Amino acid sequence: MPITTQYPKKQKTAHYDIIIIGAGSVGCAIARKFTLEGAQVLILEKGTDILDGASKGNSAILHTGFDAPPDSIEQSCIADSYQEFMSLRDKLHLPLMKTGALLLAWTEDEADQLDGILKKAQYNNVNDTQRLSAKVILNKEPQLASHLKAGIYIPKESLIDPWTTPFVYMYQAIENGAQLICCCEVSNGQFDGEKWQLETSQGKFKATTVINCAGLYGDLIDQQLLGWSAFQINPRKGQFIVYDTPANRLIHSIILPVPNKTSKGVLICQTIFGKLLVGPSAEDQDDREDASVTTETLQMLQKKGEELLPALVNESINASYAGICPATQFKDYQIHYHNKKNYVSVSGIRSTGLTAALGIANYVFLQLQKEKSIYSPLDTIIYPKRLNQIAECETRDWQKEGNQGIVCHCERATEREVVTALEDAHLPVNSLDALKRRTRVTMGRCQSFYCSARLAEITETYFKRPI
Amino acid sequence: MNKDIIQPPEQCNVAIIGAGPSGLAAATELKKLGVESVIVLEREAQAGGIPRHCTHSPFGLREFKRLYNGERYADELSHQAIKSGVIICLKSSVIAINKGAILELSTPTGIRTLIAQKVIICTGIRETPRANRLISGQRPMGILTSGALQSIIHLKHKKPFQRPVIIGTELVSFSSLLSCRYAGIKPIAMLEKNSRITAKWGVQILAKIFDVPIFYKTCLHNIIGKKEVEAVEINIKCSALKKKKERIKKVLPCDGVIFTGEFVAESSLLRMGHLDVDPSTGNPVIDQFGRCSDSDYFATGNMTHPVETAGYCWKQGRQTAQQVYASLKGELDPYQKRIHIISTSPIIKYIVPQVLALTVKGDYQSGKHIAMDCFQIRVNKAVKGRLSIRSGAKTLVQKKINSLPERRINLKLPCSILSAKNDADIPLQLHFESR
Ligand SMILES: Cc1cc2nc3c(=O)[nH]c(=O)nc-3n(C[C@H](O)[C@H](O)[C@H](O)COP(=O)(O)OP(=O)(O)OC[C@H]3O[C@@H](n4cnc5c(N)ncnc54)[C@H](O)[C@@H]3O)c2cc1C
Ligand SMILES: Cc1cc2nc3c(=O)[nH]c(=O)nc-3n(C[C@H](O)[C@H](O)[C@H](O)COP(=O)(O)OP(=O)(O)OC[C@H]3O[C@@H](n4cnc5c(N)ncnc54)[C@H](O)[C@@H]3O)c2cc1C
Repeated sequence: MPITTQYPKKQKTAHYDIIIIGAGSVGCAIARKFTLEGAQVLILEKGTDILDGASKGNSAILHTGFDAPPDSIEQSCIADSYQEFMSLRDKLHLPLMKTGALLLAWTEDEADQLDGILKKAQYNNVNDTQRLSAKVILNKEPQLASHLKAGIYIPKESLIDPWTTPFVYMYQAIENGAQLICCCEVSNGQFDGEKWQLETSQGKFKATTVINCAGLYGDLIDQQLLGWSAFQINPRKGQFIVYDTPANRLIHSIILPVPNKTSKGVLICQTIFGKLLVGPSAEDQDDREDASVTTETLQMLQKKGEELLPALVNESINASYAGICPATQFKDYQIHYHNKKNYVSVSGIRSTGLTAALGIANYVFLQLQKEKSIYSPLDTIIYPKRLNQIAECETRDWQKEGNQGIVCHCERATEREVVTALEDAHLPVNSLDALKRRTRVTMGRCQSFYCSARLAEITETYFKRPI
Repeated sequence: MNKDIIQPPEQCNVAIIGAGPSGLAAATELKKLGVESVIVLEREAQAGGIPRHCTHSPFGLREFKRLYNGERYADELSHQAIKSGVIICLKSSVIAINKGAILELSTPTGIRTLIAQKVIICTGIRETPRANRLISGQRPMGILTSGALQSIIHLKHKKPFQRPVIIGTELVSFSSLLSCRYAGIKPIAMLEKNSRITAKWGVQILAKIFDVPIFYKTCLHNIIGKKEVEAVEINIKCSALKKKKERIKKVLPCDGVIFTGEFVAESSLLRMGHLDVDPSTGNPVIDQFGRCSDSDYFATGNMTHPVETAGYCWKQGRQTAQQVYASLKGELDPYQKRIHIISTSPIIKYIVPQVLALTVKGDYQSGKHIAMDCFQIRVNKAVKGRLSIRSGAKTLVQKKINSLPERRINLKLPCSILSAKNDADIPLQLHFESR
C-alpha cells in the first residue's frame, strides 16, 4: 500500500495564495491563521510528519514572557499568544496545567538579582509576580533542598501539550481547506515579480506569497530563495532527562533557576504526560540535526536535579532526549517581510516558539495585511471535534469504554487510539515518531520491552519504515 | 476477539495481579486449598508472562518434570490454572492499588473496581533499557531490550537487524544469543564490563559455538547513527597497557544494540500506591510471609527478587499462596511488630525479606505452612568475605561468601529473635566484611 504524504488527499491546486515552508509549531500556527483569514494555503514539510524539527523536543512551558527581552518582538508575541491561547483553549480542547513557576536563588549572589528580574517582569506587564522567602517556598514545595535563599513566584507560567497543541492548529487549518504535503523538501525557487514557483522533492508548486518557517534551516531557505539572509542560524542543543511517573509527585511548580548570561539554565518541572523533566543543557553546535545525548551531560543533569530536589536520588530515569533550537547571532526573533518579493522569513524562533506561535502568526498576518488587505475571513470556521487526548489532565482513552485494551502499558496507550491515529481522516500517522507524538506509545519506563511486538504488528502496513 | 475476554467481577476472595508463572502458580494453589473465587488479572491479551516470549528451553522441569519451551510451558500453566477453577481476566490492567484491597482496573470496557479480601502482586520484572543507562548517542531504530527482541522474533516472526551487539552477559544475554541464532541474526560481539561473565554454568560456550566474541572489561559508550544504528563506540579498560586507568576507545560497526538484563521490579504500581518499596531498587518491602506493609497485600515471584528462573518463581508463588490461605483463615499471626533489616555496606544490592514479622509462636512457621526460611541477598560486584546479620553488637547469623553480582546468596533467618516478646524498635544490620 503506498503511504500517503499529502493531506487531505485532494487534488493539488495550480496556484496557492500562500506556501508555508516547514510545519513546526510556528508553521502550524501560521497555516491556521492564514487559512481562517481566507487564504488558500499549502504547507510543505520535509519530514515524514509535522513537528519533526526543533518543535519535537522542548520543555512544553506556556510562558508568560516575564523574563523576555523588554520591547522585543518576542515579548509582544508571547504576550499576545498567551491571551489567545487562553481564549481558544476551550474551543480547540487544548490541555493546560496551571502550575505556576518558582524562580529560585540558591546563592546570595543569585538572590541579589531577583529584584532586577521582578522589575523586568513588571515592565513586561506580568504584574502578578511576587518575591517569596525561602520559608514560604519550602512550605509550598517541601521537597526542595533547604539551602534555598529566596525566589520569585510567577503564578501564570503553565504547562501545555507540546505536540497536541500545534497538531490541533494544523488540524484546524486542514479542516478549513489548507493542504499539507510531507516528505517534501523545498530546494529552490524563483519569483517572477508576481508569483513564486518553488522546486521541491515532490515537484513544482506555485503561490503568490512564500512564508519561510523552516526553523533550523531558515537562513539556508532565505539564501536559496532570496539569495541572501539577514541572519545566520547557530543551532543550540538542549538535553533533558525524564524521570518516571512516581517522581512527578515531588514538585508541583515549574522550578526555574536565575538565568546566566548564556542560557536560561536548568529547570525542573512536571510534564503534562505525568513525568518529571530536568534540563535543558545549552550547547552550541554546528550540526543542525545532531540531537544526540551524551553520558556526561545526562549525568550533569542528574546531579543538578538531585542537588535541588534531593529525593530524586531514588527515582528512576525513564528517558532522555535532546532538542535543538534555531538561535541566531541576534537576541530577538528574526521576522522579516520582504514586500517587493512577497516573501516573509520567520526565523530565529529560539526558546519560546511553542508559546509564541499564535502571536507570531498574528504578527506576520498584520505585516502582510498592512500593505494590502487581500483576504476575506472564512464565513464559517470549523472547529475540530475533540481529538484524542494524551495529557494526564484530560480523560484518556484507557478510561473509556470500547478502548480495545491497552497496548503500551507504561503510558497506557490503547489499541483503539493507535488504530485511530493510523487511520485518521485528515492526518494519519505514517511513522513511529508520529505515532509516539499522537499516542505516547513506547515512551515509558520499559521503552518497549512489552509493547514493541504488538505495535510492529498493528502498524505493519502503515509506516514508511516498518518497526 | 474481545468476546473471549472475561470481565472481572466486582468482588472476590483473592485477586492476583499478573498471570506469569508465579501468579498462575499461586492461583492454582489457592484453588487447590479450597478458596472459592480466585481471580487473576493480566494486562496482556494472553496469560503466561515472560515465558510466552521464549521459544527456547529449559522450562517446566521443577513443575511438570518435563522439558518445555517457554510457549508450551506458559500454555500448560494457564491450562492447569483454568482447570482448577481459576478465573483469568485478560486485557485487565491494574492501574491503582488502594487500602482495603481495592483495585482499580482498566479494561476494554473502561475503568472498573475490584474488591478482594487479599491481593497477591506478581507483576514481574523488566530490563533496564538504554535511557536509564545514560548512554550517549542519537535515537536510531534497532535498539532493543532482549524482552522486546524475543517477542519480535518469536511472537511476530520479524527480524529487526542482522548484526547487532549484545550488552551484558547475564543468562538472559545468552538467551538473546539463542533467539538471534534462531532468527538467522549474527551478533558481532557481547560486551561485559567485568572480567568474567555474569551468568553461571559456563554458558559462554554458546558464544564460542556461535563464534561471537565476548569483550571483557568493556563498556558501551556511544551509539552512532541517526536513523539506523551504524556503529557503537566502546571503552576498553586495558590493564595490559600499564598506563593507569587508560581507556581505549574503539568503534565497532553494527546495525543494532540489544540491552540485556539489569532487571528491575515492575513496581511503579506500588511506588504510586500506599505500599512501602525499597527506595533504591523499587522491590516491594515484604516480611518472611511475603506480606507487604499493608497486610491485605502479598507480593511474590520475580518482582521481589530480580531475577530468578520461572521454576523458582512458580515454587515461590505456591508458597506465598499457602500464607495467603493461612491469613484468610486467620491462622497467620496478625501484623503487629516488625523488625527492619538495614544494610550497612554499599556492595549490597538488596536483601529480601526486608522486614521480619515477630510472631507469637516465635519461629518462622505459621499455621501448617512453611514460609521463607532464608534471606535472599544480592551483591552488586564480585566480592569475597563474610556476611552477617547483627542486632547491636551481637551477631545472629553469618556466612562466608565468594560471589558475583546477580547470584542468589541465601542466609538463614535468625529464628532466635522472631518471638513477639522481643523488641522491634532496634533494626537488624546486614553487615559485610571483605576478606
Ligand atoms: C531545549 C528546548 C526547550 C524549549 N522549551 C520551550 C518551552 O518550554 N516553551 C516554548 O514555548 N518553547 C520552547 N522551546 C522553543 C520551541 O521548541 C521552538 O521555538 C520552536 O519549536 C521553533 O519552531 P519552528 O516552527 O520555528 O521550527 P521547527 O520546529 O524546526 O520547524 C521547522 C520545520 O521546517 C522543516 N523544514 C526545514 N527545511 C525545510 C525544507 N527545505 N523544505 C521543507 N521543510 C523544511 C523542518 O523539517 C521543520 O519541521 C524550546 C526549545 C528547545 C530547543
Ligand atoms: C528473555 C528472558 C528469558 C528467560 N529464559 C528463561 C528460561 O529459559 N528458563 C527459566 O526458567 N526462566 C527464564 N526466564 C525467567 C522467567 O521468565 C521468569 O523467572 C518468570 O517469568 C517470572 O515469573 P513472574 O510470574 O514473577 O513474572 P512474569 O513472568 O514477568 O509475569 C508478570 C505478569 O504480570 C503482568 N502484569 C504486570 N503488571 C500488571 C498490571 N499492572 N496489571 C495486570 N497485569 C500485570 C505482566 O503482563 C506479566 O504477564 C527468562 C526471562 C527473560 C526475560
